[in-house]
Amino acid sequence: MKISVGPISCFWERSKVFEFYAALEDAPVDIVYLGETICSKRRQLALNDWLDIAEQLSAAGKEVVLSTLTLLEAESELASLRHIAENSRFAVEANDMSAVHMLTNRHSFIAGPHINTYNAETLNLLYELGAKRWVAPVELGREVIRELQLSRPLGMETEVIAFGHLPLAFSARCYTARAHNRPKDSCDFICLDYPDGLPLFTLEKKPFLILNGIQTQSAQTQNLITLLDELEDLEIDVIRIMPQTQDLASIAGIFRRTLDGEMQPEAALQALESYQAYGFCSGYWYGKEGMAWIHASGKASE
Amino acid sequence: MNNKPELVCPAGNLPALRAAVDNGADAVYIGFRDGSNARNFPGLNFSHEEARQGIDYARARGVRVFLALNIYPQPAQWKTAVRAVDATVELGMDALILADPGLMRYCVRTYPELRLHLSVQASATNRQAIDFYHKQFGIKRVVLPRVLSLAQVQQLVKKVPVDVEVFGFGSLCVMVEGRCALSSYVTGDSPNTAGVCSPARAVRWKETASGRHSYLNEVLIERYPAGEAAAYPTLCKGRFQVGNNVFHAIEEPTSLNVLEILPDLLMSGVKAIKVEGRQRSKSYIAQVTRTLRAAIDACLEDPEGFIPHPDWITQLNRVAEGNCHTLGAYHRPWQ
Repeated sequence: MKISVGPISCFWERSKVFEFYAALEDAPVDIVYLGETICSKRRQLALNDWLDIAEQLSAAGKEVVLSTLTLLEAESELASLRHIAENSRFAVEANDMSAVHMLTNRHSFIAGPHINTYNAETLNLLYELGAKRWVAPVELGREVIRELQLSRPLGMETEVIAFGHLPLAFSARCYTARAHNRPKDSCDFICLDYPDGLPLFTLEKKPFLILNGIQTQSAQTQNLITLLDELEDLEIDVIRIMPQTQDLASIAGIFRRTLDGEMQPEAALQALESYQAYGFCSGYWYGKEGMAWIHASGKASE
Repeated sequence: MNNKPELVCPAGNLPALRAAVDNGADAVYIGFRDGSNARNFPGLNFSHEEARQGIDYARARGVRVFLALNIYPQPAQWKTAVRAVDATVELGMDALILADPGLMRYCVRTYPELRLHLSVQASATNRQAIDFYHKQFGIKRVVLPRVLSLAQVQQLVKKVPVDVEVFGFGSLCVMVEGRCALSSYVTGDSPNTAGVCSPARAVRWKETASGRHSYLNEVLIERYPAGEAAAYPTLCKGRFQVGNNVFHAIEEPTSLNVLEILPDLLMSGVKAIKVEGRQRSKSYIAQVTRTLRAAIDACLEDPEGFIPHPDWITQLNRVAEGNCHTLGAYHRPWQ
């Protein structure tokens, strides 16, 4: 199985983005997804900056994919998308049907986690339109993925989010701005203050969600580290780790060593404890509520 | 005004369908009782026989009937979804409202004459996404997600090769429809997977000395002081803590109501105004249909001089979630 790094979901200072990817050059990851997928107002980097990073990672031996916005409304957003879709150098991850439309029969592309691929017919359709890989939407559990693996077109790769906060919802409304009593149109880029998102707690002070501008993520970190054997059995091609400010190369290293049999899953799970703030979850994988943390033994715990 | 938009009303059962037809709906949308639609609630929806009766009743009065089949069927649900498509054709429904691309492909191959509407659950928020569904599947109409501003709706109507339907009244989804997994994160079921949001089976109430607490699974959604009326715990309408503030961090319990901007919507060329609420009672359907019928007719007669009648607002607020209303994303500052 290959290891990928998903696109940075929160808003980071320009220098931090460059540092993050420089550190990934020697990290044990195979595929890197680059670009802004959440908010078109986040422009610390221009497309040319992303392409520079892409070239460097490519020179370091990584497969690079340019990822794209999930919620597109304005013509300017479609124009930016077209620039990315028309690049002839790197593959593109589509997160909206507008991107699929632009990429159809042009380039092979990746159907991202926000393309609703829930059945074999949709998977086959995407393949016919030019998709070479699909990323399972967060809601799909192992039984559904097992079925889809049996009917996937020859050559279509399957990717699963194995570690990170889950992307749960998108809205026109910016929740980070709302939490600061600011309208979206004068947000003053408040998201820059929250490089790992803004946590939301229930009235019982339990961590529940992460606000990331117009996106809502799980507070809990999805973690499939103890299920890698099962993922291999299902012939999953790629496992995705979502970026966070803490040392991503170390997280990838734990996954790599576990995949290579150099680290036991239980030890890896222990090691990953230092890379989460609000606990783990894995419920979706078992076809249950996503927030549940179900250990490999199949028993639910808190 | 030349553009006479359709008033599209929901019906969860035959009495509600009759209420919609009798009170001025131009079209009614319904779902089958097989889990294939986004209001998969106990005791709701139509058998094929009830659908046939509903179609007869509506058609005799010049009203069209649409079938909503707007979940994303997973492999185990595929046959049910296909049967629902087949039944839609056999019953002679006027249109099928779909979200799933795989199902659309099945329809185009099997029933090329079937009129397809793109469900709000398909998350098509821009011209290129709508073009995709038009080119691939020949959709005739798009239902726009409730995330676009009025200006964006007006622009889109001019640019897309299909009719545009927008939401006019009802409970407000603040997330892009089809792109929200909050409900399954907490309960295991969502609109995409099971046609439900914040399902009743996951609701728990706890009575405490300080009042009543509502939960979805183990997630506290709201606390009500003793004596205060408690609302259904819809996930995104709860109170939460962000930083030091406790507030409705996502959205207040409120309903969408477009009466204020009805002339703008009608003049923009929107072809249909949709009412949310297949889960609601027949008296809700009757009230909302009657009021929107009166408003649309008044607006068509005199768009320049149109002012929403205070009675209309009062009547709609009475049946609205939270007894109040908002323009939602149509009004840019809301965003």
